[in-house]
Amino acid sequence: MATKEYAFYPGCSSQPGASASNYLTSVNSMCKTLDIKLNEIPDWNCCGASIGYAEGGELPRHAMNARNLALAEKELAGQPVVATCAACWLSARETKERLDHDATLKSDANEALKEAGLQYNGTAEVKHMVEVLIEDFGYEALKKPVVKPLNGMKFAGYVGCQTNRPFGIQGESFENPVYLDKLVETMGGEAVAYDQKVTCCGGALAFSEPEKAQKQIKDIVESAYDHGAEMIVTPCPLCQANVEIYQGDVNKRYGTKFNIPVLYYSQLMTLAYGGSAKEAGLDGQLIKAPQLEAFAAKK
Amino acid sequence: MSDLNVQAKEKYHNNFLKEVEANVEEGDWVKMCMQCGVCSGSCPFGPHWAHPPQELFMMIRAGKREEVLSSDSMWMCTSCYNCIVRCPREIPITHIMHGLANYAHRLGLAPKNQPTRHFSSLFWNNITKTGRVNELKLSLGLYFRDGLMSGMKIGMAMAGVGMGLVKAKRLNPFELLKAHGCKDTKGIHAMLKKAREIEDRRKGFTAA
Repeated sequence: MATKEYAFYPGCSSQPGASASNYLTSVNSMCKTLDIKLNEIPDWNCCGASIGYAEGGELPRHAMNARNLALAEKELAGQPVVATCAACWLSARETKERLDHDATLKSDANEALKEAGLQYNGTAEVKHMVEVLIEDFGYEALKKPVVKPLNGMKFAGYVGCQTNRPFGIQGESFENPVYLDKLVETMGGEAVAYDQKVTCCGGALAFSEPEKAQKQIKDIVESAYDHGAEMIVTPCPLCQANVEIYQGDVNKRYGTKFNIPVLYYSQLMTLAYGGSAKEAGLDGQLIKAPQLEAFAAKK
Repeated sequence: MSDLNVQAKEKYHNNFLKEVEANVEEGDWVKMCMQCGVCSGSCPFGPHWAHPPQELFMMIRAGKREEVLSSDSMWMCTSCYNCIVRCPREIPITHIMHGLANYAHRLGLAPKNQPTRHFSSLFWNNITKTGRVNELKLSLGLYFRDGLMSGMKIGMAMAGVGMGLVKAKRLNPFELLKAHGCKDTKGIHAMLKKAREIEDRRKGFTAA
C-alpha cells in the first residue's frame, strides 16, 4: 500500500515536554508501522479549546482555527488535516462547518486572516486520527501488522466527550460508540462492558471546579474497576490527563485506593505492532503500567 | 453598570430575547426550545446549575435579563456536548451557553471571582500570547489567583503531581523562561485584533 500523507495538527499538549507528549511518541510509532506520513502544519497555533470562550468569543476563536486550516491549504495542498487531540479536532471541524455554511462569518474570518497574510477557502477536510484509522484503513488493515496480540489483557474503553460529540465518528452512536472497543479487540485485547464510556471527565473545569470534576473522575475510574478492567484506554489527551493525574486527589477525597493506568489507543497499537516500551511512550505514564512494560520486554 | 450594558439595554427596549438573538452566539435558536428538560437531565454538572439550560431559555423569553446575565449557571458548562446531541430540536445548547457566558463577561455582568470565568480568561490570554498553550504558566496562574500564600499552599499540595509530570517529561519547568510558541506571533496578534474589532462591531461591544 502506498504511503498515506496528511497535514498534521499535533496540538499544544503533544509538544515536547507537554502533558500529552507520550501520545505523540506512540502516534509516531503507530504511523511508522502503518506507513502514514504526518506532515506538520507549519507554524500551527492553539485551537482555543472550548474553554477559551469567555475572552475569545466567537470570531477570534474561529480565526485561530481558520489560520491553521489556511496554512494547511497553502503549504500542504490536497492533504486532509488530521488532529490527534479531541479538542483540536473538534474546534477545527467546528470552524470549518461554521465558515463553510455562513458566508458572513467566512468573510469576517478572512478579513481577520488577511492581517496574517492568509486566506481560508475550505478545501481541506478535517479528520481525527481515529477516523484515519477506521475510515482510511479499516479494522482488517489495522489487524495485519499485529505481531504481538494483547492476549488476556482487559481494558475499559473510555471514549469521553469530544471525540464523540457533537460530531463523533461516522456511523457510531453518541450514547454507545463501539470503535474504541473494536480497536482494543483488533489488537487482541479484551474490551470490558463499561457503562461510563462516554461520561465527561470535567474537561477544563477539572482546574476551576476540582471538587465537581473529581466526582466525574471517580465514577469513570470506579466503573472500570467494577467491570474487571486492568487499564483504561482513551483517544483524548484531556481525558487521559484528568483521569490519570487526579486519581490521587480522588483517593484523598473519597477514601478510595485507585491506581489504574490510563493509556492511549496508539500506545496499545504500538505495542501490538511489536514496538518497545519507549516507542509506545510508556515512560510517560504517571501511573505506571507494569503489565504493559513486561509485555513490551517480551520477545 | 457599564456603559456597554446601559447601551445594550436601551437599544433593545428591554426585549431581552431580541438582544440575545442579535448578540449571543447561536442566540437565534433560543426561541426554539420546547422546555422538555432533556438538556438539564443530560448535563454532567446538572445539579450545580441554579438555572439549567431550559430554564435559562425560558428566563430569556420572559425578559429576566439581569438574572440570566449575572447567573453563574452557564459557567458550569464542561463542553461535553451531551445536551446538543440529545436535544430533540437539535438546538446548539453548548454554544449558546458559551455565548451567554461570553456576553455576560463582556458586559461586565458575569459573577466576579467565578472560578471558570477566571480560568477561561486566563486560558485565552495564555494561548494568544505566543499562539500556543504554556501549560506551566497556566497552572501557576490558576494556583496563585488568590495571592501568594494561597498559591504556595496549592503549589505544595500539587507538588507530587507536578514532579511526577516533570519526571515523565510531560511538564517542562523551563517553560517559565523559554516557552513553546508560533513564529508569526505578530501576524496572530494582528489577526486577533482585527477579529475582535469585527466581533465588537457586530455584537454591540463598541461604545456608541
